[in-house]
Formats: sequence, C-alpha cells, structure tokens
Amino acid sequence: MTTLTAPPETTRRRSGLMGQLRERGVYLAVAALFVFNLVFTANFATPDTLRLQLIQAVPIIIVALGMALVIGTEGIDLSVGAIMALAAAVIPLYLGYGVLPAIGMALLVGIGVGLLNGLMVAVVGLQPIIATLAVLVGGRGLALVMADGKLTELFDPTLSALGYGKVFGVPLAVLLTVVLVIMVGFVMRRTLLGRQLVAVGGNRKASLLAGVPVRRTLFAVYALSGLLAAIAGVVLTARTGAANPAYIGLEFELFAITAVVVGGTPLTGGRVRILGTVMGAMLMQLVSTTLVSHNLMDSDRRIVTALIIIGAVALHQARRRSS
Amino acid sequence: MVKSDLAPRGSGAKHDLALEVREVSKHFGGVTALDNVSFSLAPGEVRALIGENGAGKSTLIKVMTGVYRPDAGELRYLGERVELHTPRDAQDAGISTIYQEINLAPQMSAARNLYLGREPRTRLGLVDVRRMVSDAREVLSQFGVYVDPRTSLRELGMGVQQMVAVARAVTTDARVVIMDEPTSSLEPREVDRLFAVIRALRDSGVGVVYVSHKLDEVFAICDSITVLRDGKRVHDGPAAELDRLGLVGHMLGRSPEELRSAAPSRRTPVPHDSEVPALLNVQGLHRRHVLHDVSLQVRSGEVVGLAGLLGSRRSETVKAIFGALPVETGSVHIDGVELAPVTPARALAAGLALLPEDRKLEGIIPDQSIKENIVLAALPRLSRAGVVSDARRDELVEVFMRRLRIKAASPNQKVRELSGGNQQKVLLARLLCLQPRVLLLDEPTRGIDVGAKEEVRALIDELADAGLGVVLISSELEELADGADHVVVLQDGRVAGELSAGHISEGEIMTIIAHHDDQQSQVGS
Amino acid sequence: MTDRTAVAAAGSVPGPPIHDDADRRADRRDRAVALVRRSGAVVMLAVTLVAGTAGFGLNFVHPNNLLYTVAAGSAFLALVAIGMTFVIITGGIDLSVGAVLAMSAVIAAWASAQWGGIVGISFALGAAGLVGLGQGVLISMFRLPPFIVTLAGMQFARGIAFKVTDEGNQTVLIGDIGWLRWLGRGTVLGIPVPVLIALIAFAIGSLVLARTRTGQVVFAIGGSPDAASLMGLPVRRVTTSVYVWSALLAGMAGVLIAARSSTGEPTAGYGMELQAIAAVVIGGALLTGGAGKMSGTLAGVALLAVIQNLINQVGTLSQYFQDVVSGGFLLGVVLLQAGLARRRRSP
Repeated sequence: MTTLTAPPETTRRRSGLMGQLRERGVYLAVAALFVFNLVFTANFATPDTLRLQLIQAVPIIIVALGMALVIGTEGIDLSVGAIMALAAAVIPLYLGYGVLPAIGMALLVGIGVGLLNGLMVAVVGLQPIIATLAVLVGGRGLALVMADGKLTELFDPTLSALGYGKVFGVPLAVLLTVVLVIMVGFVMRRTLLGRQLVAVGGNRKASLLAGVPVRRTLFAVYALSGLLAAIAGVVLTARTGAANPAYIGLEFELFAITAVVVGGTPLTGGRVRILGTVMGAMLMQLVSTTLVSHNLMDSDRRIVTALIIIGAVALHQARRRSS
Repeated sequence: MVKSDLAPRGSGAKHDLALEVREVSKHFGGVTALDNVSFSLAPGEVRALIGENGAGKSTLIKVMTGVYRPDAGELRYLGERVELHTPRDAQDAGISTIYQEINLAPQMSAARNLYLGREPRTRLGLVDVRRMVSDAREVLSQFGVYVDPRTSLRELGMGVQQMVAVARAVTTDARVVIMDEPTSSLEPREVDRLFAVIRALRDSGVGVVYVSHKLDEVFAICDSITVLRDGKRVHDGPAAELDRLGLVGHMLGRSPEELRSAAPSRRTPVPHDSEVPALLNVQGLHRRHVLHDVSLQVRSGEVVGLAGLLGSRRSETVKAIFGALPVETGSVHIDGVELAPVTPARALAAGLALLPEDRKLEGIIPDQSIKENIVLAALPRLSRAGVVSDARRDELVEVFMRRLRIKAASPNQKVRELSGGNQQKVLLARLLCLQPRVLLLDEPTRGIDVGAKEEVRALIDELADAGLGVVLISSELEELADGADHVVVLQDGRVAGELSAGHISEGEIMTIIAHHDDQQSQVGS
Repeated sequence: MTDRTAVAAAGSVPGPPIHDDADRRADRRDRAVALVRRSGAVVMLAVTLVAGTAGFGLNFVHPNNLLYTVAAGSAFLALVAIGMTFVIITGGIDLSVGAVLAMSAVIAAWASAQWGGIVGISFALGAAGLVGLGQGVLISMFRLPPFIVTLAGMQFARGIAFKVTDEGNQTVLIGDIGWLRWLGRGTVLGIPVPVLIALIAFAIGSLVLARTRTGQVVFAIGGSPDAASLMGLPVRRVTTSVYVWSALLAGMAGVLIAARSSTGEPTAGYGMELQAIAAVVIGGALLTGGAGKMSGTLAGVALLAVIQNLINQVGTLSQYFQDVVSGGFLLGVVLLQAGLARRRRSP
C-alpha cells in the first residue's frame, strides 16, 4: 500500500518441512502411497495391477491437462464432462464413414464447444464458472438428445484397439496419454501460448499493458481444454466399447479440478504444474486402490478426497499469506 | 439508538479536542507507513489532511477508524484514551468515515445503503421498510438530493452516490467525520452542496477531517492544515497562515526558501520548438471527468516531464496515449502516422512503451521469474511458429540484466522476491528489449532506494541521448527540474502550463501548480 | 429515534437541489434491461404457463399435473435453491447441497428406523448443519475459496451417505412412523406437505432477505466484502451462517425426500447443486454477488419444472431436451446480465 521506502530484499528460502510439503507434497504423497502398496498390498507389484492403475487414471489425466491450462488463466472449465458426452454421442453417428472421420468429428465438436466457452469468457466477459456451467447443463442434454438417451454398442476393431491395444506391454491409451502430457508440457515450457497464458493468469492488467493478446490466449486455452476433453471421451468410449452419453464423463469436471488443485496449481492462476497435475490424478487413483484393497470402501475414498482437497488449498493459502 | 441532542456524550463537559492521535507509528513489514505522527481535531474544526501518494494519509485514517492498530502511540477521543479494535468500535464511538472509493453496496437501494447496519425496525424486529424509505427521503432532501430512495444505488449518478455516502456518515450522531477525497466524483454545484453540509456540521460542533488534493477546496473550507510526507508530519497549523506555494512546498518537500532557482539541468536541452517534427504527437485527448484537451509533443532525444499533484491525471494521460484508457476524442501520432484506434498492442508495435505507475498491480507478474517478466512483451519476437527460442531469450535476458545491473540470485528468481528497485529495473528491461522509440515512464523512481534511483535517472538520460523520446512523470520536482528538457504541468486533467528548457526550475513548476487559476496565462511558454 | 442530524439541526442545507439528471438518459435503457433481468423469470414462467394451458388444456392445468406433479416434484429443489440464493448473493457458491441432501436423507431414514422420527430428523439436520458450519468456517475464517471448500464438502457428504448405506448396497427404510410418512406424502387442504414446507421456507427466506438486518448484510457482503467490513458489519458471522442455512435447507429437503420415498438413497440429489445454481441465476441473481431475489429464485425453480413438464407432455420430444433448454436459458440470462454490466462500464 505504501511504497515510500524500499522493502528489504526478501530472498526467502523455501526451506523447512512446511515449505517442502507445499512444493513437493503431491510427489511425496504419491511415492509414499506407492511404497505402502508395494509393501502391504497383495498383488500390487504385478504388471497387471500397475497397468490397471495407469489405465484407470488415463481419462482423468487427459481432461486435467486441459483443466490445468484453464485454471492457469484464472479460469475454470465445468463443461469438460459434457464435452466427453458429446464426443461419445458423435462417434456412432459418424462411424459409418469410418473410424477416423468419427474420431475427427468428435474432436471437432470438442474444439467447437471449447471455442464457444472461449467466446463467452474472452469476448462477452462472462465469469468462466457460469459460462461453462451453462454448457455443462445443456451439453450433456444435447448429447442425450443426439443419442436418444441410449447406449450404443460399438464393434469397431480400430476403436477397441485404442481401448485395449498394447505396444510392448504398454497400453495404447497410456502411450497416448504420455504423448499428450509431453505435448502439453511442451506448450507450457516452450511456446508463446504457454508463456502468455500464465502471464494472463498471473496478472491480467500487466499482460494487457505488455501487449499480450489476452482474448486470443483465452480462446486457445478453452479450445484446447475442449479438445483434450473430447480425446478423453473418445478414449473412454473405445475402452468401454460403447457410446454412453448418459454416464461418460459424469463428474469429470470435479475429478479434473481436484487433480489440478491437489497437484499444486493454484486456483488463482498464474502457474501451471503439468507433472503435478498428472501426479494429482495418480494420487487420487492410488488412494482409491489403497482403500479398496484394504477393505475400505468407495465412501472412504470420497471422504479422504475431501480431506486431501482441503489440505491442498489450505497449504497453498498458508503460502500466499506468508508472502 | 441515536441521541437527539447534539451535546457531546460522556460527562457533558466541553472537551478541547474531539480526536487526538499522539505519536503514532505503524509499520508494514519493513515499510514504515507512519512515523511518530500526531494529529488533533477540535470540535467544530475542519482540518485538512494533505499529502502525496505514500505520505501515510490512508494509514492514518485507518488508524483513526479502527481498521489498523498502531504499533506505537495512542488515540484519544473526547479527552479519553481509546482502543479501537474494529471499524464498528469507531462507528459506535461516533467516528464516521466516508472512504475514497464509494464503498456502499451498489445493487441495493439508496435507502438501504443509507441505513445499512442500523435499519429502523418494527416491533417484530423486522426492517421497517416504509419508514426507512420515508426517513431516507427526508434525510436526502436535507442534503439537497431529490431522488427516489428505492432506486438502486448503481442506477444513480456518481454525485448522488457520493452524497448518500456523506449522508450515511453524518446521520449518526457522529462527533468526528472523516472525509477521504469526497469531491473526486462531484460536479461543482455538488461540491457547493457538500461544503454547505460541512459548514453545518462545523456549526453544530462536529469535527471534520478533510482529505483532498484539490488546493482550492482546502483553502475554501478548512480551518487548519496538517501535511504528511513519507509517513511523517511535516506541517501543522492554521490554514490562514499558509499560502498555496507554501502548501505545495510542504507536500513536495521543498520549502520556498530553499528552492534552487533555475539550476542548470544536467541535460543539454533539446529545443522543443525546433523545426524537427515531433516523434510523438498527442492532440486533444478528452475523456469526460478525466482528461480535458490534453496535448503534448515529444521529439527524438527529448525528455518531456509531466508535473502535477495527485489527481492531476498524469497517469491517465500516459495511459490514454498508450491506448490503455479509452478516450472520447483526441489523436496520437507516432512519426506522423496516426494510431487509430490506439490499443496497447498497436502502440507497442509502433514503438511506444509504457512503464505503469503501479508496479505491483499493473507491472510485474509476481510469481514468475525475472527472465519471464523481462521477455513478456518481447515473446512474439523471440519465437518462430509459436515456439519460443530459449537461447535467444536467455541471451536477451543476460544482456539486459547486465546493462541495468539487476541484482538477483539468478534469472530464475521470482520477481516478487526482489527489492522495489530491482523490480523496476526488470520492468524497464521489459520495455527496452522491445527497442522502443518513445518511452512513457510513470513515476519510474518511486519507492526505490537512492542508489537505484540514480541508476534509473542516468539510464533515462542515456536513452534520450541515444535518440529516444521520453515522457517522464515524477512527483519529485528535482527529478523534473534536473532531468527534463520540457515540462508540461497538469491540473485536474488540463494542461495548466508548460515550461521550456532554460525556464525549468522547481520554483516555476510549483508556482504553476499553486497558482494555476490566476497565472496560467503568464507562465505558458 | 429519528435521526435528528447535525445537518437537520442546522436547518436544511442551502444551495441548488441535486437531481439525478446527469446520467439519467443513458440509464433508461439500462433500466429496461435490468427490469428484464430482475423479472425475466417471472415473465417467462407466465408465458410458459399460458403456452402450456393453450397447448394441453386441462391435462396441463389439472391439479394432478400442476400441483401433484410439477409442484410436488420441485419442492425439494425449491428448498435447496432458497439456501443457494443466500449463498450466491454473498458472492459465494455451494456445490455441496446435492450431497448434503443425500446424506441427510440417508441419516434420517437410518436413525428414524432405530430411534424414532424426532431423533431421525435431529440427526439428519444436525449432520447437515455441521457440514455447513465446517464449510462456513473454512470460507469465512480461513478465507479458502468457496468453490473448492464446497467441492470437498460435496465429496465428504456423499461419502457419508454411501458409508451409512454400506456403499449403497443396503436399502435404508425409514421408520414406520405415521407423521413422518405424512411429511413426505400427506396433504393439507389438498396441498402436498413438501410443497407447503417449501412455501413456508420461501416466505421466511424472503422475509429474512428483504426485511431483516442480516438480510441487508448478506447483500452488502456480496456488493463488496471489504466495504461491508469497513462499515463495521458482521461479515464473518453472516458469511458462516449462509453456508449453515444452505446446508440445513438441503438437509430438510433430504428428510422430506426420505419421508416421501420411504428410503434414504445415497444417490439422491445428484446434480441438484447445478440445478439450484441455474435456478438462482435464471431468477436474476448475479454470481458475482450483491443482487438477487427470492421470488426470482422461486420463479426459476418453477420455470425449470414447468419446462420439464411441458416436454413430457409433448411426448414426442426427447426428455433430455429439458437440459438443453435449461442450459440455453441459463446462457441467455447471463448474456443479458453481461450486456447490462457492459453498458454500465462504458463511459
């Protein structure tokens, strides 16, 4: 508030237990749970179990990647689950033209809805939460109208290869996810878009004054989030072998937000942690596995998730307050 | 709830002072906002509290209204020592405040705002809306405001909103009313109305603290004046004993006696009226309530200073030039080519660069590294097909960190961890790596230490010598007198006067600021 | 206790009167838009009711449809939306309500079967209140973002609901208590009891919002939390209490749902938080806080229910069309709000 004398040089070291916990908490938690399961969980250290852990986390990781970018701009995207449903609903409609056109259309729909979100946020200036809420409410409805509320079983070898195929024992979907993580990581680390999006989230006014194309950046970010959600929708549809717009992606917006927040990306924007987000999703997956394999229930998973979320934001809040 | 008589509360004895602040200090982290400041207000006194940005006015007000607890010193109210823990304590005691930003609930009706927190209630404990509205109508009419009190505040004009805030503050049985720049959004006739209110308050024994940067108002309504500067009290006395020049001197830290008259500038002046066409030509910027026909020219190699007090709209002027503040009319030409419409991106592309006044809010991206902050604006130039070249970036960063002597552990250090001076250098580096032709520098040396100040000033000289045009805003007269080739003095969004090379001195600038109304025709260059 | 102010004592202030003419002309169009925003839901409700009557005649207006299907079906959403209105007017959001509803339904059924109806209801509302209190404290005292806190609260409450029902494998039947069943299925003068309770809650909610000091503080917090605390208003207490009330109302809806269906379903109230938010926003509240009306919320709830009903009446339309229409409505309303705000900002 007053700037009459220069504040002292604050070269605060992020040392100490609390500091380490804030910065690396999610990695530590994942590592600890992993070791715990290796030691105490029967059959955990088998290729099948490990593969399953990854496979199950894949859709959430993909959606969370896009969510992390959106949150980095101080936004939020509640429409991702609905986009997954729309993607799923589109596939059977176009499968007659071949599997690639079908997947292509699904991805285009994702980008289109993302651009719509971007339009409302960047140009109209709506709050991201309400703009994407409208899509969440309407989008799944539209998907259900398109599919007439029905589950459509899909018998396409290429599609099921995407769901079940393996390369050197590694599931194709996992490989795809690795590629996507690397690509989004590249966008964040190396591209103009990545640099500018964190600047927009970190200080929108300063970004405008520095000539950053704020609107274009927001458009791109929501479009990317839509695209990634659609990819997740396609992957999950391929895995289930059926397009099921009523259930696919349900609550995924919440899972993705949880993964991002637990992974250390602040809701206030200006910072995106890609690897942290992946770890956040893995943490949730491991928590689930750990509880289930020790005779605890899904209800316990929800309660533990709640505590982890509060813990993660409280840690972050403490960091903000101390600086 | 509200007493009907106007006698001071408590024993009923006559107190010499309504409110007294004794030797109060307040620190925020390492920053001293108030340093041993004393302040007193008698019943029926209207006292001006004056100071430039960062003088400590806001902090002092917040100490007097229970928002901040002082680190040292004490507060006395109606002769007794008091501790105010919350704003509520202050209000209950009878200290009422009108904050600078109109802080009412804009979606609620005028009546509800007026009575927020102390609504009249029926016997059932419900808000008596009918009475509240009729009372509000009556109260507002006493202030000369004739509107439907049920209208939501945001649908009313700024003047009315401000009057509702004033009415809210004085319709309690306040003994002290603090007004923080109450006229900033008022039309002249509304100011007259407000003054009538203040006189009425004074006549009934209420003490008024009047914060303003408008000198006319201060001399028109205030009995006494307290001036703060850099967290210290630098003047305290009756208004009648101070003239405008003296007041400006106190605010800016230059008493008229010690003024160096027309000291030779350290710069070799560039003739402002030369045949050389202007690099930056700004004509007739106008925005309702903000800017009124502001024009200025900057030539290559020239430093044009923008002088004026707080509220003279210097920052708004450079923002309008840069396209960050929309204007209704006016034009900006760079090298004879008009920027229309002006947007920050277009201005940057044309070679304009703005260093904003508020480093934290509009400048740095605090959680990012020095590196990222420096290259933010230059990113498109460092990238090919959307991919940023790290090598070229690091090279650029290294060049500018060395050239501007930015002291940091590494280029990867977060900007929030740097000192103010180094943050400012980072922002300057951000502008300079765009190789701009005209720099708009808004208070480049504020809030940074002495060493960094000198470095920044030397850098400005160096850049001007290299052929850049510079617009320099500074509240430090010395900086303008020493460092500018031409000075434009602004007041209330108007050009109040200009000084050309050879005529620039602290005294001349102050004279224009202090006597704008009666002397502007004589001092124009 | 009239405010005999210093100014009044000194006589009315001399000088020219200040009328609000400076910005008046520019404001007229804004006011029209504001009117649409404020009363749009009511107008739309009237239109759909007329359209429904015109299209389907007695089938639509018959009490069996309007009262026992539309109204009875939306009473639970109405209760939840009343609490959500308070939360949203303070500028917050409560994602936990659907889960809290399920938790309360399950607890009410489970506890009433063992210890009777009074205990069942007390436990259910107590648990809901505790979740609300926890969320309120985290939001008001520790300043955590409402979105995240209530997202966690949602997981927590849903977790409890599943825990009590053995992961949903066990059907928890409500105690066989006459008056408890009456709460869910009974009628008074032909009006279903849940509808009656929702109407009473609506009346009280309206009164609190418009006619109590607490209600004024709710608006002030949403208008500007900083300003509200500078004015010395009890910001923390009221912020905490809106989350408690939101949870209690959701809890009450849960009890009624359990009473109506005789069981506590852990999946009850799924997605209801989003419907409630949509209803409140359609009813004219601003998600940024500071504005909203209980009557608008009620109209929003009714509108969503009537649209659903009309789509069902048509029969040939996919029932999923309802969500599309709701989403479209929501978007239309917020776009209108944005248009309003934008014109406001421009000089």
